[in-house]
Amino acid sequence: MREIQASTITAAVARLAEEANYEISPDVLVALTRAHDVEKSSLGREMLEMIIENVHQAMSHRKPLCQDCGVAVVFIDVGQEVHITGGDLETAVADGVGKGYIEGYLRKSMVAGPVTDRVNTGDNTPPVIHYRVVPGDKVNISLMAKGSGAENMSRLYMLKPAEGRGGVIEAAVRAVEEAGGKPCPPLIIGIGIGGTAEAAMLLAKRSLLRKVGKPSPDADAAALEREILGKVNRLGIGPLGLGGSVTALAVHIESMPCHIASLPVAVNLQCHSARHKEAVL
Amino acid sequence: MNEWRRIRLPMPAETIAELKAGDRVLLSGTIYAARDAAHKRFIEALDSGDSLPIDLSTAVIYYMGPSPARPGQIIGSCGPTTSARMDKYTPRLVEEGLRVMVGKGERSPQVAEAIKQHGAVYLITIGGAGALLSLRVKSAEVIAYPDLGAEAVFKLEVEHFPAVVAIDAQGSDQFKIGQARYRIK
Repeated sequence: MREIQASTITAAVARLAEEANYEISPDVLVALTRAHDVEKSSLGREMLEMIIENVHQAMSHRKPLCQDCGVAVVFIDVGQEVHITGGDLETAVADGVGKGYIEGYLRKSMVAGPVTDRVNTGDNTPPVIHYRVVPGDKVNISLMAKGSGAENMSRLYMLKPAEGRGGVIEAAVRAVEEAGGKPCPPLIIGIGIGGTAEAAMLLAKRSLLRKVGKPSPDADAAALEREILGKVNRLGIGPLGLGGSVTALAVHIESMPCHIASLPVAVNLQCHSARHKEAVL
Repeated sequence: MNEWRRIRLPMPAETIAELKAGDRVLLSGTIYAARDAAHKRFIEALDSGDSLPIDLSTAVIYYMGPSPARPGQIIGSCGPTTSARMDKYTPRLVEEGLRVMVGKGERSPQVAEAIKQHGAVYLITIGGAGALLSLRVKSAEVIAYPDLGAEAVFKLEVEHFPAVVAIDAQGSDQFKIGQARYRIK
């Protein structure tokens, strides 16, 4: 049994929170640059120029890419040969989020008593944590800083199985169309298909961790990704909704089996500021 | 065509009237950051006959809640938040004199109607570009509702702050115009 100190996890999460907010990964920058090259609207290209310039300014001035430093969504794969010592895992992760958001001058956006009180918790906790127990003796942590402009446009469609492939495409395109310019396009569109209502939502969010534009290893899913991307980019929404030919940078689909009576389709939109970092302990 | 027009704030009425959907502008002068919770208090103040912390007739309201400034910095990142969340409050504020708003994303038909009826203007700036926009802010101070933290009302002095006219005083909407233009049936 390999032992990992809770304090090691706290330190790693704190570092991920800061890094995720200050730097986007190279694949996102490549996708944005390519979007600028193909965008037909001159206004859209000007917006993309400033979005790309923002990436450089954030790094050089040590400022978060976006003032909405998001909900810390943490995906943890815990090897079953690992023993966490010196504290519990959930507290260790939450402590890391608090430390990272305070020390990194990141905006604290979490409010408790969501319906009425809405009192800021002060350190951006609690994080939303998704655990998986996996073989091995490692702990893999991915932290996503998920801004609410895009998250508010999440959709779940419980389709009838008869709606099939066409229904899935229609649902995805409708979600993007309804969102318009609000979620800061160009978007990365995460789609979860199958499972149950909550499983589909989680698949959609997990798909956003994939490198931007890397197709699904499943040929059918990859074809569906291409088709939805083509349709979405014909909507004309464009950068920030002002009109243009690039509404989305990529479509990512994750799927799993589902009940004979069901066809859940979840759509989770990611703004152009796609912020997530990973660590393996 | 693609010139960025420099505008000194407060924005003169004739300038508001001249601006057309899709125009690029660079704002210099005072703007006030206020978002969801501050808007709720504005309306509560108006309902109870209290005065607002800002003069609506000359104010530019920016829908924004900044990230904290590092020591030595004027402000943290400060890009726009989704304007549609303020839609419930906006027609009232426009009726009370507000003429210039800055945010991101589409507005409700009620807001568009209020803008047209009162000759106001809705601008958008670059969502997700909070670090870049912060460099156009020359000073920042909280002037009301400090208990709201990032949602407090901030007075910002900006220089060459970039924005695009999204809904002009005639009611033309760049979201509709631009999206229709690039939509492929």
